[in-house]
Amino acid sequence: MLEVRDVEAGYGDVRVLAGVSLSVAPGEIVALLGPNGAGKSTLLACIAGLTRFSAGSISWEGQDLRTVHTHLIVERGIALVPEGRRLFGGMTVQDNLELGAFAPRAWPARRVALEQVYALFPVLAERRRTTVQALSGGQQQMVAVGRALMAAPRLLMLDEPSLGLAPRLVSAILDALATINRAGVAVFVVEQNVPAALRLAHRGYVLEGGRIVGEGTGAALMADAHVRRAYLGPLAVRPSGERGE
Amino acid sequence: MSVLTQQLVLGVLIGGLYGLAATGLSLVFGVMRVLNVAHGELIMLGGYGAFWLAALLGVDPFAALLVVVPAALLFGALLYWGLFSFVVRAHEEARVKNSLLIGFGLALALHALAVRLWTADERAIPTPYSGAVLSVGDLAIPVVRLATLAIALGLTVALQLLLAHWRWGKAIRATAEDWQAALLTGIDVRRAYVLAFALGTGLAGAAGTLVTVAYSVSPAIGLEWTLKALIVVVLAGLGSMLGTFVGGVVLGVAEAASAATFGGPYREIVGLVIFVVVLVVRPRGLFGR
Repeated sequence: MLEVRDVEAGYGDVRVLAGVSLSVAPGEIVALLGPNGAGKSTLLACIAGLTRFSAGSISWEGQDLRTVHTHLIVERGIALVPEGRRLFGGMTVQDNLELGAFAPRAWPARRVALEQVYALFPVLAERRRTTVQALSGGQQQMVAVGRALMAAPRLLMLDEPSLGLAPRLVSAILDALATINRAGVAVFVVEQNVPAALRLAHRGYVLEGGRIVGEGTGAALMADAHVRRAYLGPLAVRPSGERGE
Repeated sequence: MSVLTQQLVLGVLIGGLYGLAATGLSLVFGVMRVLNVAHGELIMLGGYGAFWLAALLGVDPFAALLVVVPAALLFGALLYWGLFSFVVRAHEEARVKNSLLIGFGLALALHALAVRLWTADERAIPTPYSGAVLSVGDLAIPVVRLATLAIALGLTVALQLLLAHWRWGKAIRATAEDWQAALLTGIDVRRAYVLAFALGTGLAGAAGTLVTVAYSVSPAIGLEWTLKALIVVVLAGLGSMLGTFVGGVVLGVAEAASAATFGGPYREIVGLVIFVVVLVVRPRGLFGR
């Protein structure tokens, strides 16, 4: 349902994406791996409409997204949890979550969606009146995921959701993604914790230097010699909590 | 002693208008990161709107608010689309520079327009209740100014509630905090910008009406009010509209106190001293986040 074809993008003279093609099917979890600077965040920004791409096409449920504004892409069912969470720090947990349902399609059902997010992350229900900047990093990440879910997306994209989190919280977030996916939401996740990401994902892509250099099922990528060498390190198998940066 | 107290009371009364003038500027700056240096001219224009309604149609100046504020909201939206919508697309530095250029140009144009339409003379709106005074002990409180203080406070509270509870009010706050994150939650941030600018202009219109009924209006008051509003925004900090109102009252009282202590000419200096001291000691302001 998401089709990315030969997308090129950059900032000024710097070309970040040099012809990227990939797809995400309904109900799938797809992981995007790659070193820092490979263009992972830029690709997500292109899909979300935050960054314009210079060539190629991105289509969603058969419709071209090139000229669609970011807020209307949300309305069509794609939500992004941006890198660094980007929460509204001065506002309460509940206000942040409710704003997630701002799209006209999601707004009428916001009460139900709110209860679903609180069911997924019970700790947020306890802290609903707290300003977000007073929360721990893990709780903030839960708000960020919850805020994106409030838009009732059919595709949830996440940029490094486990960055900077303690191992216990990393698995809490990744477990939540599996739960969200079981409810029928496709998930497209950029994740530095490669073993955890590949265990979670049905499929994965490897992005290096602005190009896709590998793709396959989670298990196949896990066994791939290049992936093992570049992302899993010499020991190849690490405890799930440790980040493979 | 009672002379000083009387001066301080008058300081509170004008301070409320400083506060109201500053809320509009603070809202626009907080949301769009655009400093509208023509804010005082918008206040001046609002004042002449009320003056015209009173002089030509005999409308009571307080009732004129019901016409001036909606007209100012609309004028603000038009100004945004015509002038400022081009600026907000630029990155931070260019945005501030360009908005200053546009603001100064707009201020000059509106000043010239006002001189042409209404001459450079000072205008006031006489009403049957203009001279009414409320006596409390040996204090004399002008009723009209007291009413302007109450209305200014009421409008500030209304704005605060609007930003706290209205769907688009929350969207405006979200856009002020992080416009890209706001886009990602499905907020049309261009619409949030238009709304913020229109609200800011509407508040300027209200402030201008109140200034004109309680004091007077002339084409030259624009710069003065832009300065007062700017001092209050720096003093109070961004983020809280009631805090901005309180900042306005603080400035009014400080001016009155220094005028009573050191003499009239020092009234204008104290605001600038506050401006510099706050920037050095507490750059985010008294109530700023």
